[in-house]
Amino acid sequence: MNDRTKPSSLLTTGISRRGALKGLGAAAALGTAPGFVRYAQSQSSEPIRIGFQAHRTGIGAAYGRWYERTTAAAIKRINDAGGINGRPVEIITEDDGTDAARGAEVVEKFANQHKTDIVYGTLFSHVVVGSAPAAGELKMPYYVVSEGYHVASGKMNRYVLQPGITDVRAQCRSVAPWITSNVGKKITMIYPDYAFGHDHRDFFAPAAAEQGGDVIAQIPIPPTESSFTRYLPQIPPDTDVIYHVMVGPAVLTFVKELGEFYGGSGPKLFGFIDSLEAVDINSPGLEFLEGSHFWEGMPRYLQDGASEHEKAYREAVGLDENGASVNDAKDVSTAAHMFGCWETLYIIKAAMEAAGYRGPEDRAKLVEATEAMTEFPEGAEHPQGAKVFDGKVHQVFGSQNISVVENGRLNVVHRTSIEDGRYEPEADYTTQPL
Amino acid sequence: MAFGPYFLLASLEGLVTAAVLALTALGLSLVFGVMRVVNVAHGEFFMLGAVLAWAVSTAFAGHPSVGFVAALFVAPLVVGGAALLSERLVLRRLGYDPEATIVATIGMLYIIQQLALTFYGADARPVQAPFNVRIQLPWFGYSGYKLFVIVAAIVLILAAWFVLTRTKIGLVMRATQYDRETAQAFGIPVDRVYAGVFALGAMLAAVAAVLIVPIQQAHYLMGRDPLLLSFIVVIIGGLGSLRGTVIAALLIGLSDGIISVFFSPTLAKMLATGLVAMVLVFRPQGLFGVPAR
Repeated sequence: MNDRTKPSSLLTTGISRRGALKGLGAAAALGTAPGFVRYAQSQSSEPIRIGFQAHRTGIGAAYGRWYERTTAAAIKRINDAGGINGRPVEIITEDDGTDAARGAEVVEKFANQHKTDIVYGTLFSHVVVGSAPAAGELKMPYYVVSEGYHVASGKMNRYVLQPGITDVRAQCRSVAPWITSNVGKKITMIYPDYAFGHDHRDFFAPAAAEQGGDVIAQIPIPPTESSFTRYLPQIPPDTDVIYHVMVGPAVLTFVKELGEFYGGSGPKLFGFIDSLEAVDINSPGLEFLEGSHFWEGMPRYLQDGASEHEKAYREAVGLDENGASVNDAKDVSTAAHMFGCWETLYIIKAAMEAAGYRGPEDRAKLVEATEAMTEFPEGAEHPQGAKVFDGKVHQVFGSQNISVVENGRLNVVHRTSIEDGRYEPEADYTTQPL
Repeated sequence: MAFGPYFLLASLEGLVTAAVLALTALGLSLVFGVMRVVNVAHGEFFMLGAVLAWAVSTAFAGHPSVGFVAALFVAPLVVGGAALLSERLVLRRLGYDPEATIVATIGMLYIIQQLALTFYGADARPVQAPFNVRIQLPWFGYSGYKLFVIVAAIVLILAAWFVLTRTKIGLVMRATQYDRETAQAFGIPVDRVYAGVFALGAMLAAVAAVLIVPIQQAHYLMGRDPLLLSFIVVIIGGLGSLRGTVIAALLIGLSDGIISVFFSPTLAKMLATGLVAMVLVFRPQGLFGVPAR
């Protein structure tokens, strides 16, 4: 059976003198090649290096693609305007495979191999939770764009910050009053059975109860599930509203099966757009969503009253009116989240300038300068709207949008205030040593 | 919802799972039975079938059924071609050595997955069902297409059974499975049989994927679950046994549907893997397998 197997040629062929000399020569040539020349100028003109922990592959790849585009657009705008502290900014991207263990390795790689100044850009909560200890140990400022409650919960560490996107707890609190007064009071929640879904489970029900609502059933769904019909009988018949948060490729199935199960009747729907980020709302099978409501961090479709800043941001990132790429109408964006990349990069810029950041020795100063920030006015740097930052919990607070699906388009019907999402902070990172 | 209709819904869902699983596992079982190759890349052939179904069905304008029927023929053929190519380029050169082919098919798994990510992208894309009929039962509505999937899978399995037991091709395959050397001595081109079986196994996975893709979506990571479930089915049913594969697929599909509805999906998975362990301990050849000679 094994007669084809031969001993490896590496073991039998010796290294010749000529071969060895060639190898040495090539190595020497590489060392003197242009790319390897160290910066001859003073240190201050060397670029600031931001390590971008990107979901290029794995379950978050669609988000990752748009996070990269938004980051590139923001960095181009920052560099065109003179960079940070007069230094150009360079993005070094590493794929974390949307995997928690790989995420921690990537943080270490940024610190030890790429020697980046900071790490930035992670979305999926399990990757943030997996990477945060590495960032803390390496004393590497870690700016995430993740929206999970884990940062504000105090369970991360002093080096983990979320200044560019609101967290799930604030989102739940913001939308609860609107749901109970406009859609219905008896609510059934359907959510993925892991950290992100648990944030919704833990924070929406109390917020709804405060407003006179009642969560009558909570249906967790395992994240690997690909078919949902069998969960639908668990929805109590007297449900007014189905509150759904699903993430991953199966969401189209979920909506389709909901439509098949209920037909034209059934409860109203309120969903988080997380489910349908990067998915065309007019995909076959999604007709059932017509008339239902969604939370959106930032509107996908260009709204009538959009500000100049919002329009400029959309143009810089390359979004058409429908929130798809200007180059490909089928390439739908993750508009409700990716603005967080843009805003986070501008906060990093502001914090570095406030701290007089020169290099890795100033990382602690950078964290303190970020913590000292309080308000971000709406503008070109913050196109989603004004925000308030709480340095103690390292979390930003802002407005949320509620949109309705009308004629295959998401139209904003309500915008919450910043105060709607505020809650009593449960942690204080500033007491931790740097 | 009352117990009766709830049970009916759970059984219907279980049958859909079982139908697709039976087809996929049959391919895996065939390849192992005849070639003694554990094809870890089987799930990726499934994924490839789904991705191609999307590509073919979007290439056809007009009624979605036109694109779907085209996909039903084109996707398995292309996947079969890809499998044939990888059999010629990789498995044959390894002499079908059982250990080496496991490692090689793991490599193929990653290559196919990354090619899909590169050329197809990371999005989950829907394929329109050939028809949209909603069957309204007194208690709930159900997708007519899902019932069609069950029927189509039964037809395909009967066809596979017919080919294996009633045709000369099937006879040649069974002879090769029974005793490779003797088959060769009797003039059976074992080499070509292997190539054909590997392609056929991949095509069965691809057909299953085309059937399921209007229910789920085509996604480059969708191959993992079918692979794991197929292994479970094939181990319980007995490697290389068509009857065992179908019965085990029914068992796993229905129990998954019913247990996860009434108890929890995690319990269904625990019971399935527990059953695998029991079978491996007490009846290693599987419920319907023949002990290795």
